[in-house]
Amino acid sequence: MSLTFTLDGKTIPFVDGETIIQAAGKAGVFIPHLCYHPEFKPHGSCKLCTVKVNGRHTASCTMRAMPGMVVESDTEEINAERRALTQMLFVEGNHFCPSCEKSGNCQLQATAYHLGMMSPHYDHFFPNRPVDATHPDVLLDFNRCILCSLCVRASRDVDGKNVFALSGRGIKTHLIVNAKSGKLGDTNFALADKAAQVCPVGVILKKRQGFAVPIGERKYDKAPISEAVTEGK
Amino acid sequence: MTYQLETAQHPETLRRVAIDPVSRVEGHGKVTILLDDQNKVHQVRLHIVEFRGFEKFIQGRPYWEVPVMVQRLCGICPVSHHLAASKALDVIVGAKKLTPAAEKLRRLMHYGQMLQSHALHFFHLCSPDLLFGFDSDVTQRNIVGVAMAHPETAKRGVLLRKFGQEVIRVTAGKRVHGTGAVPGGVNKSLTIAERDELLKDIYHIVQWSREAVKLIQKVHTQDPGLYNSFGIFRSNFMSLVGHNGDLDFYHGTLRARDDNGKLIFDHLDYQNYDQVIEEEVRPWSYMKFPFIRSIGKEHGWYKVGPLARVQNCNQISTPFAEHERKEFVDYAGGTPMHAPLAYHWTRMIEMLHAAEVIKELLHDDDLLSSDLMVEGERQMEGVGVIEAPRGTLFHHYQVDENDVITMANLIVSTTNNNQAMNEAIRHVARRYLHGREITEGLLNHIEVAIRAFDPCLSCATHALGKMPLEVELVDAEGGLVHSLSRS
Ligand code: SF4
Ligand code: FES
Repeated sequence: MSLTFTLDGKTIPFVDGETIIQAAGKAGVFIPHLCYHPEFKPHGSCKLCTVKVNGRHTASCTMRAMPGMVVESDTEEINAERRALTQMLFVEGNHFCPSCEKSGNCQLQATAYHLGMMSPHYDHFFPNRPVDATHPDVLLDFNRCILCSLCVRASRDVDGKNVFALSGRGIKTHLIVNAKSGKLGDTNFALADKAAQVCPVGVILKKRQGFAVPIGERKYDKAPISEAVTEGK
Repeated sequence: MTYQLETAQHPETLRRVAIDPVSRVEGHGKVTILLDDQNKVHQVRLHIVEFRGFEKFIQGRPYWEVPVMVQRLCGICPVSHHLAASKALDVIVGAKKLTPAAEKLRRLMHYGQMLQSHALHFFHLCSPDLLFGFDSDVTQRNIVGVAMAHPETAKRGVLLRKFGQEVIRVTAGKRVHGTGAVPGGVNKSLTIAERDELLKDIYHIVQWSREAVKLIQKVHTQDPGLYNSFGIFRSNFMSLVGHNGDLDFYHGTLRARDDNGKLIFDHLDYQNYDQVIEEEVRPWSYMKFPFIRSIGKEHGWYKVGPLARVQNCNQISTPFAEHERKEFVDYAGGTPMHAPLAYHWTRMIEMLHAAEVIKELLHDDDLLSSDLMVEGERQMEGVGVIEAPRGTLFHHYQVDENDVITMANLIVSTTNNNQAMNEAIRHVARRYLHGREITEGLLNHIEVAIRAFDPCLSCATHALGKMPLEVELVDAEGGLVHSLSRS
């Protein structure tokens, strides 16, 4: 007998061991997320994927699906919470979409659009985070890091290099580069690494590429993130 | 060095009038006037709050981001900054010569910008003064008044501007904060549909531009007493000129003439602009005062923009605009015209030229090409110069071996005109305000002189026609004597 749960009233099949977000993705139902990536172990940190299971909040990227679960996701209440989380991410870093080269390919921006975020709402922190341009092929612009740890996981689990790590606690958490100098140019990081491809925002960037692809012809210009993601990435 | 009326002898005994902010100019400007008990004018200064912080802000940023980022400098002519930065970065990436398609697409974008900016300035911001008079009823002296009294003129103003914005949209990708130009070329060409859409309208855009020249020519020549002398001062003038000395807004070499039209320098490669131009800092103003080194601070300042360009070039390459240029030069009588209000006439000649060039470009199939990018040997330093709607615009960058900007210097058009605008308003203050009871109409005369230069004061936007004007007469201790305001 196949296993199922309901998500916003829809019956979703799953196999044992799958998380809610995995099963939903397979069934073509989008649940907003930032730190989740189907190819990596879940991190459960951004909380964008929060749903209500039998009335209680939980992260759908870490929660295993169980038969008969009643899951709510696309509700006014939950989306309002997701919107607030997104707004906090916008003010914590320096995100200026009109001059960001990731604009149109950025999951944070696309998620903000998806959630109908009209403004950052909170006061900006305006942190001072200089870029690391020491690597010949890749630029790190820490201004936009949302601490999803995808690069950490990709570098460690796929590339076997451990180039990145999250350091500090709470609001002081930040991304560091594992080199004595702390500079990317002093690691064995390479443009072909998986870790160079996974950043959902505009931190890890191929150098000298910039605006080669016009705004208007980019990933989320063509389809909103809800479609772009469920169609498989 | 002190200029007449720049600094009063005993400011502590004088009353102060501030026009803050100046209305119908783009951005934030303020004029202060010091008067004595008999309303005699002792000091007049135009203060411009310029966003110099920007040069600091882009230090440490990767160079390829700059053409998009610099557009934040200015909500009205972002395309000028976009292109001037791109030209500087062409030098950095070693793109000595762009592909024909890239150069033409950028030129199209720029001339679209010229058209929309000149149309905006003339029809929305200045036609109220020119059509109704400088001290006409203030409730009528705005674009709404023009729309009521001259509906056809107002409508054309709107459509000319819209067309220019459309040209920008298809070349830059967006109407504001476009990304079309990238170091070494452009990232998109035109589709056939986009081109055909523009071709549909361009012929009447050219025709309306011709009529706009005639309109301002008539206004000017009907009242030579006013138009040839209002706010007049003599100065050097400077601009880029293209091949064979053609009027060229996108590319060329630097040429400067003295007040009699004699060449000061010519054919100057703008990579070396800092050998001929220096910027002076004065304690009372945030905006610097550039001057031509060989002449010195005192007399080396100059004007830029339409009046400088149209008189600096040898000829204009398009027939209708060239015809109008000749009429203008004939009217001036063989010597350079220095009257600030002649900016309007020359601005409309330029708008006509922009429309004609757009028409020519739209018939060029290079616009549809996919050959858009070149690169070459990487350089550490580059200068990009463009003739923006308001005048010569300089962008200068140094980039380190990690591709990060280490130095930026910008001289914007309005800075180039800084001393010139100050001179114009001092002349007006002396001629119209001196010894009289200050009224709103009289103060508007000051603004008319500033607006002739089309300053883009802090390069910030505001809702058009909504900018409030506050005038305060304050005594020497700062106490309010009298205030006038409009909104
Ligand atoms: S650099 Fe990108 S991938 Fe790495 S933690 Fe920051 S946001 Fe995530
Ligand atoms: S996607 Fe689940 S917590 Fe980030």
